[in-house]
Amino acid sequence: MKWETVIGLEIHAQLATSSKIFSAAATAYGAAPNTQACAVDLGLPGVLPVLNAEAVRMAIKFGLAINAHIAPYSVFARKNYFYPDLPKGYQISQFELPIVGLGQLTIEYEGADSEPASKLIGVTRAHLEEDAGKSLHEDFHGLSGIDLNRAGTPLLEIVSEPDMRSAAEAVAYMKKIHSLVRYLEICDGNMQEGSFRCDANVSVRPAGQQTLGTRTELKNLNSFRFIERAINIEVERQIDIIEGGGTVVQETRLYDAERNETRSMRSKEEAFDYRYFPDPDLLPVGISEDDIEAVRATLPELPDIKKARFIRDYGLNDKDAGILTASRELAEYFEQVAGVAADARLAANWVMGDLSAQLNKDGIDITASPVSASQLGAMIRRIVDKTISGKIAKQVFEAMWAGEGDADEVIAARGLKQITDSSALEAIIADIITSNPAQVEQYRAGKEKLFGFFVGQAMKATQGKANPAQLNELLKRKLQQ
Amino acid sequence: MHDRTISELSLGLQRGEFSSEELTTHYLQRIETYDQRLNSYITVTKEAALAMARAADRAIARGDAGPLTGVPVAQKDIFCTDGVRTSCGSKMLDNFIAPYDATTVAQFNAAGMVLLGKTNMDEFAMGSSTETSFYGAVHNPWRQGTVPGGSSGGSAAAVAARLAPAATGTDTGGSIRQPAALCGLTGLKPTYGRVSRYGMIAFASSLDQGGPMTRSAEDAALLLQVMAGFDERDSTSVDRPVPDYSAGLNGSLEGLRIGLPGEYFSDGLDAAVGAAIEQAISEYRKLGATIVDINLPHTHLAVPAYYVVAPAECSSNLSRFDGVRYGYRCTNPVDLTDMYKRSRGEGFGAEVKRRIMIGTYALSAGYYDAYYLRAQKIRRLISDDFRAAFADVDVIMGPTTPGVAFDLAARMDDPVAMYLSDIYTIAVNLAGLPAMSIAAGFVDGLPLGLQLIGDYFTEPRLLNIAHRYQQVTDWHRQWPENFD
Repeated sequence: MKWETVIGLEIHAQLATSSKIFSAAATAYGAAPNTQACAVDLGLPGVLPVLNAEAVRMAIKFGLAINAHIAPYSVFARKNYFYPDLPKGYQISQFELPIVGLGQLTIEYEGADSEPASKLIGVTRAHLEEDAGKSLHEDFHGLSGIDLNRAGTPLLEIVSEPDMRSAAEAVAYMKKIHSLVRYLEICDGNMQEGSFRCDANVSVRPAGQQTLGTRTELKNLNSFRFIERAINIEVERQIDIIEGGGTVVQETRLYDAERNETRSMRSKEEAFDYRYFPDPDLLPVGISEDDIEAVRATLPELPDIKKARFIRDYGLNDKDAGILTASRELAEYFEQVAGVAADARLAANWVMGDLSAQLNKDGIDITASPVSASQLGAMIRRIVDKTISGKIAKQVFEAMWAGEGDADEVIAARGLKQITDSSALEAIIADIITSNPAQVEQYRAGKEKLFGFFVGQAMKATQGKANPAQLNELLKRKLQQ
Repeated sequence: MHDRTISELSLGLQRGEFSSEELTTHYLQRIETYDQRLNSYITVTKEAALAMARAADRAIARGDAGPLTGVPVAQKDIFCTDGVRTSCGSKMLDNFIAPYDATTVAQFNAAGMVLLGKTNMDEFAMGSSTETSFYGAVHNPWRQGTVPGGSSGGSAAAVAARLAPAATGTDTGGSIRQPAALCGLTGLKPTYGRVSRYGMIAFASSLDQGGPMTRSAEDAALLLQVMAGFDERDSTSVDRPVPDYSAGLNGSLEGLRIGLPGEYFSDGLDAAVGAAIEQAISEYRKLGATIVDINLPHTHLAVPAYYVVAPAECSSNLSRFDGVRYGYRCTNPVDLTDMYKRSRGEGFGAEVKRRIMIGTYALSAGYYDAYYLRAQKIRRLISDDFRAAFADVDVIMGPTTPGVAFDLAARMDDPVAMYLSDIYTIAVNLAGLPAMSIAAGFVDGLPLGLQLIGDYFTEPRLLNIAHRYQQVTDWHRQWPENFD
């Protein structure tokens, strides 16, 4: 039987506000335990939450970026359950009336036949909520430690429609959201620190069937690689069960990256009754058209629009434009390079090629690149104006990466300037013809393959600095004489 | 000294008739002498009180004093007080020293008032008799062996016995007005949102409101002046200017339209109480008021709706008392579930547990629509009743309670009978309106209260209406015997 996979994702993006969603405590990561938790975060008796307006603005920003309906009236609700790192015994979230309603975005990914594919994915809703603290079980023998620094950190929970049909689509969707929240500067996207997390709802059904199969919810998918592996392994598990005559149980399953397996956390029967009800400590959030327009005015150019502009203005192909607009930082770097270099295609090749390779190799982020965009642009300009060849440029780039200065400094210090003086080149060529009479004779007799030999000799004599096109032309002429 | 009202004490302090330290010492001595009988205080903050009194005396000497500087006051033990045990009447918080001041406490401190101590109350403000307190029941100073009302029964008993010139209370379903009535005091529940709830331990967040419990409307105006105002730490507090509550106290009542709801004078009302209320109404007639019969047709739904909404909110509000970070934790828990179960099972009293159970049930999947949502709709109907009534009248009057103080233990085994003590006060909380109870007579030597209900933010008018009555009657100047 042919099976179809159905996937919906719930993404938790930690909003990059400087203070918490309902208190004035700082949100910075990595502070000593419980040093960033005030009376409100500790859930002391008598304390009350006050909504952080910046978190609301960030949620609106996201909503606008996915063309979603922004609710003029949304409500915070209490999600009640007991857990030691949940100080109040309830999480303030949104339930029936979320701030962001139905929206959509387009994902791009590699299709089944390795061809580029794209697809529209629905976003059911996005709502604001507070994060819980952390329970630490390792360091305390027989006891658990509680760190409430994270308690009250604002989260935007982004819930997709069950529109994805493969792990690849799910990863593409997650990457798209990841890129978007970083473009919008509402989330730092740091997956190691848990700023961007994902749960996946996965089910399978016979191809062509309309009704959905029983789903399981996979937790703890904190990298793009894990989400792909976890979904694939879960799909296999479900198909095995059904093909073996069993039925899939609706449950929450935890992905174990070390063993690459999912295992049951709790079944539907054990699921909590969260007893949601509107939080009487908070007023409903009213958002006017003016509020929305004020936020819209702060929106940056979004990835899809930027990509279209790159194709149009820089003459890039779809794939390259997609790569260069995947992150706002990379796109900004590229635009600066292209502006200085005065050759967008060449700039694109350098940014995607040598630069990206070096960054990858050294594990450096684009924002911390030792070669700045203007430096790289200036170097490419020297290729364009024929001061150096593309081949020599690789040497120059390496020297720049090693901190030897700007392109012009490296070219001067290492004497890498191209020889474009034709009389100098003619003299060198004449010398080569004189020194290699046998090869000249063979070439002239029709062994044209030997042309490369003469180019090599000339490059050797000029230490690679000969302008290749000019050299070729002169060589041809002299050899034919 | 202890017979004086706050404005009289204020005058005495300003004129140097006595110092705040003398006044405070006097009250502390009275507490020591009489409170064994009443049990109205949970904690007496003697040392801190004397230090505050001396600071007040210095401020007065410097000419740096406000009208209330140096006047002692008692706080209901529901208001968090920095460095002082704040128990909320519960074993759960018996060991809880609050690390911060409630806004109300901070406001009184800023006004230079002297905190005498924290008053007894029903556990987590759940009760109408102050019998559910972990610290034992409070006696009504008017008759040993009867209840002072609740939940602010400690504050009411302390003020009635003159163990404090005034005190704070909180009112979720009548917890200021009902004990004020049963102890012969003036109690004011402000409009929801008028007084900050920050630092006031929550029972039912959408209903809770703090307010003053005093001997007179004049004193209530002075205390409300300190307590009222927008607080950026309480999202439900209202950002709206605070009027001068004393300015209009003497305004004329000529032409005042008083609405008398038929529903408040029906079967359950004690006949003698009813007669006393009619007597009070006739005083108002003499002051120039006209009487209008009105209806509040959804009154009978108030108690049932309240006993869904309040427990629902409390079931969630009290989840934080889990033994993890502060408060009571059971000994030797074997695991997390055991810790939760026993800490909460041992830390909470029966009434609190009952309401948590009711509220949890009402919010459960499958029951939410039938209970919580339905109760919220009834709330709207009740508000609409009042809205319609205030189109025709300026104030609504009636009895605060169906009867006078009942005997201790009389209703402890009958929760519904206990809940019905608040039958006339609860609708006001569901609608968020301001209301007062003022002393209006006695039945068999026990005081009773007249309730005044106003439209939103009409506290100045209510205080005016109460004050004019107190100028022509002396019910509020009667003291219980044996506390001289």
